[in-house]
This record gives sequence, structure tokens and C-alpha cells, in this order.
Amino acid sequence: MSAALRTERLSRSFGGLLANSEISLSLPVGARHALIGPNGAGKTTLINLLTGVLPPTAGEVWLGEERITHLSQHQRVRRGMTRTYQITALFGGLTVLESVVLAVCERKGLASRWLRTVASCAEEAEEAWALLQTLHLESEAGSLTRLLPYGKQRLVEIALALATRPRILLLDEPAAGIPAGESAEVLDVVARLPRDVTVLFIEHDMQLVFRFAERIAVLVGGRLLTEGTPAEIAADRRVREVYLGEAEHG
Amino acid sequence: MRVEPAGGRAEVGAPEPSSRLPHDRWGPLEIAFWLAPIPCYFLFPGYLVLASQVFITSLFALSLDLILGYAGIVSLGHAAFFGIGAYTAGLLAAHGWGEPLSGLAAGGALAAAVGFLVSFLVVRGGDLARLMVTLGIGQLVYEAANKAASVTGGVDGLGGVAMGKLLGRFSFDLEGRAAWIYSFLVLFACFALARRVVASPFGLSLRGIRENDRRMPALGTPVRRRLVAVFALSAGLAGVAGALLAQTTQFVGLEVLGFTRSAELLIILVLGGTGRLYGALVGAPLFMLAQNYLSGIDPTYWQFWLGLLLVAAVLFGRGGIMGMADRLRARLPGRAAR
Amino acid sequence: MVTSLIGVLFDGLAYGSLLFLISNGLSVTMGLMNFVNLAHGAFAMLGGYACVALMRRGVPFLVTLPLVFLAVALLGAVLERALYRRLYRAPHLDQVLFSIGLTFVAVAATTWAFGPSQQPVELPPFLRGQLHLAGVDLGKYRLFLVALVVLITVDLEFLIGRTRFGARVRAAVDSQTAAAGLGIDVNRVFSVTFAMGTGLAGLGGALGIDILGLDPTFALKYLVYFLLAVAVGGAGSIKGTAVAAIVLGVFDVAGKYYVPEAGAFIIYALMVVLMILFPAGLYGRRA
Repeated sequence: MSAALRTERLSRSFGGLLANSEISLSLPVGARHALIGPNGAGKTTLINLLTGVLPPTAGEVWLGEERITHLSQHQRVRRGMTRTYQITALFGGLTVLESVVLAVCERKGLASRWLRTVASCAEEAEEAWALLQTLHLESEAGSLTRLLPYGKQRLVEIALALATRPRILLLDEPAAGIPAGESAEVLDVVARLPRDVTVLFIEHDMQLVFRFAERIAVLVGGRLLTEGTPAEIAADRRVREVYLGEAEHG
Repeated sequence: MRVEPAGGRAEVGAPEPSSRLPHDRWGPLEIAFWLAPIPCYFLFPGYLVLASQVFITSLFALSLDLILGYAGIVSLGHAAFFGIGAYTAGLLAAHGWGEPLSGLAAGGALAAAVGFLVSFLVVRGGDLARLMVTLGIGQLVYEAANKAASVTGGVDGLGGVAMGKLLGRFSFDLEGRAAWIYSFLVLFACFALARRVVASPFGLSLRGIRENDRRMPALGTPVRRRLVAVFALSAGLAGVAGALLAQTTQFVGLEVLGFTRSAELLIILVLGGTGRLYGALVGAPLFMLAQNYLSGIDPTYWQFWLGLLLVAAVLFGRGGIMGMADRLRARLPGRAAR
Repeated sequence: MVTSLIGVLFDGLAYGSLLFLISNGLSVTMGLMNFVNLAHGAFAMLGGYACVALMRRGVPFLVTLPLVFLAVALLGAVLERALYRRLYRAPHLDQVLFSIGLTFVAVAATTWAFGPSQQPVELPPFLRGQLHLAGVDLGKYRLFLVALVVLITVDLEFLIGRTRFGARVRAAVDSQTAAAGLGIDVNRVFSVTFAMGTGLAGLGGALGIDILGLDPTFALKYLVYFLLAVAVGGAGSIKGTAVAAIVLGVFDVAGKYYVPEAGAFIIYALMVVLMILFPAGLYGRRA
């Protein structure tokens, strides 16, 4: 059975800077994979390459059996690959409910309907509402997203991603800015997604990483240093030196 | 308590009324707004022609709001589509085809087609490129009409626009009665259409594009295709407005195409407030009445104060008249702040 | 045939250099400050009228030129500080409306002060008439114009390429935040470059009275050409604006000479084609 998401020697350089170098990663269906690494290691660049925001300078990306290296972002989303953004990117002038309903309608391809009003799309509204309830955003449903506190905005980010019913979900620091008590809850929602959804998340909070990840990939200086189970990674001296070790000395 | 997302309906509560989604219900204020011109028809018989002009300009401004206020495309050449509609309807009538409704449809259709072709250029660039391209297209069409004087009448304008009877029964009289009713009904029909489209999932996606066009592809949206669609629709409506002008005034002059026309339209929309549809309907009458009165006194005077008003509005006013109305409404006692 | 071709090319070159002189400032404003300044044509126009006003007081044409440059640059600096600066981060629509408003004010003011008709210009005798060079008749004024623009361009290149101030401008064009992070006073760079750009535009307006004419419609009539030069050449690139302006100048003159029925249509069609092929301009960087 082929991997859900696979890269083959994926590389990306910006002029002289090699942001991602020969990354070969394979995620089986249903994986709960974490991507860690020091700042500037190229984690967000990798997400950008995977989602089609940036074209690679070398290498290939495979979604199941299909080579998607040259597909545009929206085409990849149509094939079930969704991401969230490290820097919150919401629709400032729309309300929370409108934003999530928008995501649901886009998924269902309803935008070709010019003569139905959004208010009459009861199914989609209910689906959005249920999603908001899952993330405890019901009380903010009518607020403009640009007026929300940062933590809530991060939750809306997740809601938008979940509304697209992804088969592959790429989360760029999903818990950043969310109060410690709630961040585990958010990742809980993600962890309890059906097993046919594959998750890759970037995270700096090691507690969350070790709690939710089944495998961890370590990115350092644009290269994949190593990959393994949480136990293996925790025991790996190289990782400790490069990454975890900095916390001890810092 | 976790609830399973989508699928199961019964336990999920309906969204609260305060978190309303875009709908198409007509409020009492709106109904009053649309009924208001009707008594004016009877009370001010001398102003019927001016009123028709106001309806036509309102429709034109409405078309621009679709791309400017909803999709976020700044266009400096929208008059091109207005002109295409005007000349199409005018030429049809001047050459023997005087049936109004089909002429109207032809004007709108041709403008929409040109808009569709042009849109591929417009949606590619950023703001700056779009300004340039729309400005260039506007000038291009102007020059084309200017140079093809044998067809369009050039600087002298296109005369001899002989209109047949509307619906086979009502002829365009000199007092402008038929023209008034015709323009009003066309405006209303187009407005109702625009209102529907704006409240649809398509319209919501346009607003999404306006708010954050980089996020939309992450929802699976082919952004360019949407923009092409709305641009063509907008061009079509502008063409309908132009055709209306040609048919009701029975003349088409070159100034329907000039940059000044496009610039004035932008001003009207910003004055009234973008992204609301009603901004166009409020801005157009105010602008035209002011222009009619002040420009009659001294055109230079009018231009000077208009310029000053624009500068002041940009520096100090936010959201135009509708924006001000919003802020006033938010201050009214007893109203929960949104 | 050949002589008329050379003549047309030369006229196009002269026209193009005038366009370049004026458009330069707009290119820098749009490329550096990301500001859509549709009032740029008005600055050029005001330069022309300043020249006329000075000539009416008996100042010889050549003497008016540096005075016009200074006057319009000063006006530009004042407006930049007082008004433009507030809108650098504003949406482009706001900038468009603001600059259209300024243009309307300028046009109305000049109509009121000078009347709506064309303004005459009194060229010094040695610049009138033609020079006979290698079998071709070249207008003396146009020669002067091209020479002057070349001189100014060389100075500009030196200023931008070899001085510390120029380095600051280039840094700020590349990245405002990085430049500010290096301690470059970005605001001052903006003010000075805006003043210089508008000053040059004013100078161009004065120089152009003989070739482009001068009446209150100047501000909007030629604005399209300035925008074209900037868009086709790529905002922020002096070289690009120069190439684009010359190309536009030559094609416009040639078009009007060989195919007069088409008029300015050729220019706009050319622009559309170039925008399709080079969405960011000939030398532009992607936004």
C-alpha cells in the first residue's frame, strides 16, 4: 500500500540559501507525525513545498499514487491536502461563522450556485456550527475574525482546516498562542480525527509533541537529521545536542 | 461534550440569530427605499429625465461595486464597458433595430464578452498592474471609438438613435415618462440579481478573496476563475447601464468612455460606501444632484471642491456615507454593538 | 524615405526622453513607496505653468528651468510631509482617490489662474530652427532636450549608483524594513526622493511645453503615458522606465506619422501586449 504523502529528495533554495535539502519523507495513512527542529531549520518551507505554495528546486512530492509536484495549491486542496498557517491568515472582515461556512461551501463546490443564498444552505451552516462547537467557538460565531483575541484566531485557523475534511492535514504550529490548558484540547480534536486522515504537525512545545506524535521527524539546517518514534528521538544523542540539548544549556 | 461533525442533525443547535449568514430577505427600510421614487414620479414631473440619469448611473456604480467592493479589484477603466453597451444599443437602433429590450440585452452581452476577455489580464496582476491594465483598456476603447468616427460618430457623437416601442406598446416620449419607468425597472431587476449573487456562496467567496486572497487557495478555491466570472458579470451590468443611456437619451457621445467617467464612478462609489450595494444607490443620486447644481454654477468651481472633498474624505472619512451611517447606527441607544 | 525614418526615430527619441524625465519620479514613487500617485501628471503640469508665470515676468526660458525644478520639488516635499506620508500604508484605492482629488484641485486652480487655453512658450533664438546633420534635419530644441535628459540621467545614475544617499535609496527600494533596521532614515529617503521625482516632473513639464503643449488638461491627458512607461518598464527601475519611455515615444511618433488613422490606439495596444508578456514590467521585480 502506498504512503499517503511521500517526498523524494525534495529541495528548495533561495538564491544561495538551501532552505530544504534532499528531504525524503514518507507518511503512511493515518500517521500522527510531528516535525521538529530549531528555528530556521526549514520546517515552514517544507510545508510550503508540500502544499504547493512554493515550487521545489528539485525532488518530487507524491500524494498516494499521484505525483503532485507541479500542481497548484488549490488543486492539492481538492485532492484532500489542507494546511494551517503559522502566522494566522484569516478573513478579517468576515465573522467566524461566515469563515467556516465559506470553507464548507468551497469544499462542496457550491460557489457555482449564484442564486442560492448562504442562509438557505442549512446543511452547510449546521456542519459549520458543529465544528465551532467542537472547538468551543460558538460564543464567537458572530464576531469578526480580526477582532478576536489571538488564541481564538488560532482556533479558527484549525476550524477552517477541518472544514475542508482533509485526508492529509499539515499543521504549522497549531498550538502557538493558545493558553497551555487549551492547547492539549486542540490537539486532542486533531488526534481523534478518523484514522484515514494523515496528520503532520510542526510544533515547538515538546510536551505536546511527545503526547500526540507517533513518529517524529527532526529537521536541522534544511536537512532531515533523523526520524523515529518518540522514545527513539528522546534517546538520540544527536537530537539532544542539536535541539533538545539547547534547552538544557539555555 | 463532543458532537460528531456533520451528518447527524438532530442534536445540533441552529446558529444563533446574531450570527446571521448572508441572506436575501428584504427589510422594511429597504422596501421603503425602493417605493420612495414612485411618488416622486408623480410629484416631480419636470425631473423625470434627471431621475432616469440617476437610475442609470446608480446601475453603473452598482456594477463597479461588484468588483471593487466585493472582489477588491480597483478599476480605472470601467467606463469602457459602459461605452460598449451604449454604442452597441445605439448602433443597433441607428441601423434599424429599435427594439429596446433586445438592444439592452445585446449591449449587456457584448460588454460581458469583452469583460470576460479582458479579465484574464486583470486578474493576473497585483493592484498596480490592475490599475494600469484597466486604465489602458479604458483608453484603448476610447481611442477606438474616437478613431472609428465613421461608425461611432466620433467626437460629434452618435445620433439618429430611433427607438421602437417598449414591449410593443409604450413609446419613448419627450417628457421621459417611459424612460423613467424603463430605467427604474431595469435598475431594480439588476439590483435584485446583484443582491442575490452577493448573498450566495459565490458572493461569500468573493468577499473571502477580497479579505485574504492568499488564504482562498488553501480552501480549494480557484481564485482567478472566480474573479473572471465576477468581472464579466460586472462588465455586463455596466453594459446594460450604457445601453439604457443610449436608449433613453437617444444619443451616444464619446464622454461615455472617458477616464473622467471612470474616475467619477470611483468617486461616487467611495462617497456612498463600497461593498454594500446600497453605497452605489446612495452615492449616485447625491453626486449627480450635487454635480448638476454646482457644475451649473461654474464647472471649475465644482472640480476644485470635488477634488478637495476627495482629499479630505480619504484622509478623514472612512467607508463613505454608508460607513458613517454604520457608525451613527452603532451609537444609537438600545442597539447592541456588533 | 530613410531620412524621414531617421527623422521620425529622432523625434520619437526626443519625445521618449521627455516622457522618461517625467515618469522617472513616478517609477521611484511607485516602486519605492508603493504609492499610486496619479497626481504626478499634475506636478508636471504645474512645472509648465510655473515656467510660463516666470517667463511672463521676463525671466528667460533657460533660467526658468532650474527655478521650476526647485519650486516643484519644494511643493512636492511639502505635500509629501503633510499629506502623502499619511497614506503610505493605505489601500491603493485610497491612494488613487487621494491623488485624483489633488489632480482635480490642481487642474481647477490652473484653469482659474491661467484660463483653459494653450500656453505659448518663448524659446531662446539659438534653440529654434533645425540643425543639418549628416543629411538629416534635426530640430535644435529636440537635440537640446535629448542632450539635457542624457546629462540628467548620467547624474542620476551617479547619484544612485555611487553616492551614500543613492545606496540608501537602493536599500530602501529593496526592503524598507531591512533598511530601517540598518539605521537608514527611511522617511527622509522618501521625502528627498519624492521631492526630486516631482521636481524632475516639473522640469519635464516646462521643457515639454513646446512639444506636448500646455493647458489644464495636460495633467490627465498625459498621465496615461507616464503610467504606461512605469508599468511597462517596471516600477522602481530607472533603466526600465528609460527603455519603456523610449519605446513608447518612438512607437507613438512613428504610429502617428505612418498610420495617422489609428492615432494613439497603437500605443495602447502595444501596452496591452507588453503587459501580457511582461506582467511585472520589462525590468520589474515581482511584487
